[in-house]
Amino acid sequence: MTSLTAPEETTTPPKGPDSRPPRRSRRHLFPYLIIAPAVLLELLIHIIPMATGFWMSFVELTKFFIRRWLEAPFVGLENYRIAIDLNTPVGQELLNSFLVTVGFTALVVGLSWGLGMAAAVALQRPFRGRGVFRTLFLIPYALPLYASVITWNFMLQRDTGVVNHVLVDQLGILDGAPFWLIGDNAFISVVVVAIWRMWPFAFLMFMAGLQSIPGELYEASAMDGASPLRQWRSVTLPMLAPVNQTMLLVMFLWVFNDFNTPYVLFGSAQPRAGDLISFHIYNASFLSWDFGVGSAMSVLLLLFLLAVSLVYLYFTQWKKEKSNA
Amino acid sequence: MRETTGEKIFRALVLIGLTLFVALPLYVMITTSMKPLGDVQSGFSWFPSTITFEPFVQMWSTVPLARYFMNSLIVTLAATLFSVAVATLAAYAVSRWRFHGRGPFMTTVLSTQMFPGVLFLLPLYLIFVNIDTMFGVPLVGTRIGLIITYLTFSLPFAIWMLVGYFDGIPRELDQAGKVDGAGNLTILLRIILPAARPGIVAVAIYAFMTAWGEVLFASVLTTENTRTLAVGLQQYSTQTNVYWNQVLAASLAVSIPVVVGFLMMQKNFVAGLTAGAVK
Repeated sequence: MTSLTAPEETTTPPKGPDSRPPRRSRRHLFPYLIIAPAVLLELLIHIIPMATGFWMSFVELTKFFIRRWLEAPFVGLENYRIAIDLNTPVGQELLNSFLVTVGFTALVVGLSWGLGMAAAVALQRPFRGRGVFRTLFLIPYALPLYASVITWNFMLQRDTGVVNHVLVDQLGILDGAPFWLIGDNAFISVVVVAIWRMWPFAFLMFMAGLQSIPGELYEASAMDGASPLRQWRSVTLPMLAPVNQTMLLVMFLWVFNDFNTPYVLFGSAQPRAGDLISFHIYNASFLSWDFGVGSAMSVLLLLFLLAVSLVYLYFTQWKKEKSNA
Repeated sequence: MRETTGEKIFRALVLIGLTLFVALPLYVMITTSMKPLGDVQSGFSWFPSTITFEPFVQMWSTVPLARYFMNSLIVTLAATLFSVAVATLAAYAVSRWRFHGRGPFMTTVLSTQMFPGVLFLLPLYLIFVNIDTMFGVPLVGTRIGLIITYLTFSLPFAIWMLVGYFDGIPRELDQAGKVDGAGNLTILLRIILPAARPGIVAVAIYAFMTAWGEVLFASVLTTENTRTLAVGLQQYSTQTNVYWNQVLAASLAVSIPVVVGFLMMQKNFVAGLTAGAVK
């Protein structure tokens, strides 16, 4: 804990003519010194494990080698071949999981964006009770994930849950009580639960963004006879562009990597229709104890996310430069 | 500027729809936690047949909830404290100095956000095991391992947000401090920190929420004695029975401190987000 002892050194600057060179070098070192804890921790928890994971994807890290994993034999691209070979169940299941995750991400990000935007615009003007709605809408974001997902799990129970009670008993929309946590319905379930948790984040970001739009812009466009919808398109949306840009990317990455929602919602045996990719990789690694193939899948996932992010950043930055010119 | 009827209808529809969506699980959680188990198992009802607080009593003995609660509290508080301290120092450096590697540092820190958790879960687990066998520092199954892990999870966002906050504090204040002969850390503690207090609080809340709600690493890096709430709450379901009323009572109980804290600080949080997004 060097940072804890540092104050005394710096609060009593040495006096006298020969103290100048060390002071200068210390001043030069200071930012490095205080950034060191962050760098060390990032190295230990993120960078080194990441590099190790990359290395692991090239070795045969089955249960025979877990105890002495540093001696696992090098197998080149074999793990990758196993992961993406569509002639085997492993490859087919990975592809299924990938497609499920793409659909899941598109729906969750898209609908969270829409709900967050609608709520932020609806709460833009002051009115009585605005604070109450604002507070209520933030609760799903503040709740610990497992608490809310466990509640949803209860709500989606076939015989004792509120969802079937409303849909079957009260509204009579569905005839037989369906299962929501196994079979094809599991996809709808995990999407709804993820949206419930995610949309308040979009709402929060949009609220923050809306505060920075000057009211005169709306007044001026109203004088030009712009309809509310037109105002939204021509004032709100463009002014929120910077918020949108970061938020969409962040939400995409969070949702695509989401492990916790399916893990708590489905337990250890995830239904095929709700087999999200992080959870899939976790199960593939820990069920067969083949960390090599699991790592290869993780690296493929990372490469995919990286590629999408770079393309996204390229186009958003490019658009920005074009509009500036 | 008057509000049109169309806008009023839009607002009413949005607010009614979203209120129902958000409130339904909250309502279910609260009412179920006050129902007798027989009530819960005989099918869903909107109102409890009798209101009972038994689940809030029984939940402590069905699973060792108090232990899980203490584990969560220790791990979360420690992770929050260290995360805020480490992020503050790093953000101060980034905001006030143009040093070599400043750009790469920020890029690396932020891009770790995009890495899938599973990719470093397995290696981290193996590295922790190795550190244990080589240096005798037990990290798997102890709280320390979880604390170090969690504190890095909130670090990127915390640094990002605090740099935005610190950048908003005029450098003239630093200069005035320097003229008075204050060292860098004194300036940080006496000038920057007080001025950025809302940002620090918001970052602390974020770090707390991240650690309090984490499931994946908690399920791999803990054992029975160090298990946190995130994993422990799943133990209310046994082979034969799920104690739904107790599970939801426990969920409610562990949510309240976090939700109250967040709602009290939400204005800071929004302000912090804006400070970061404006850059």
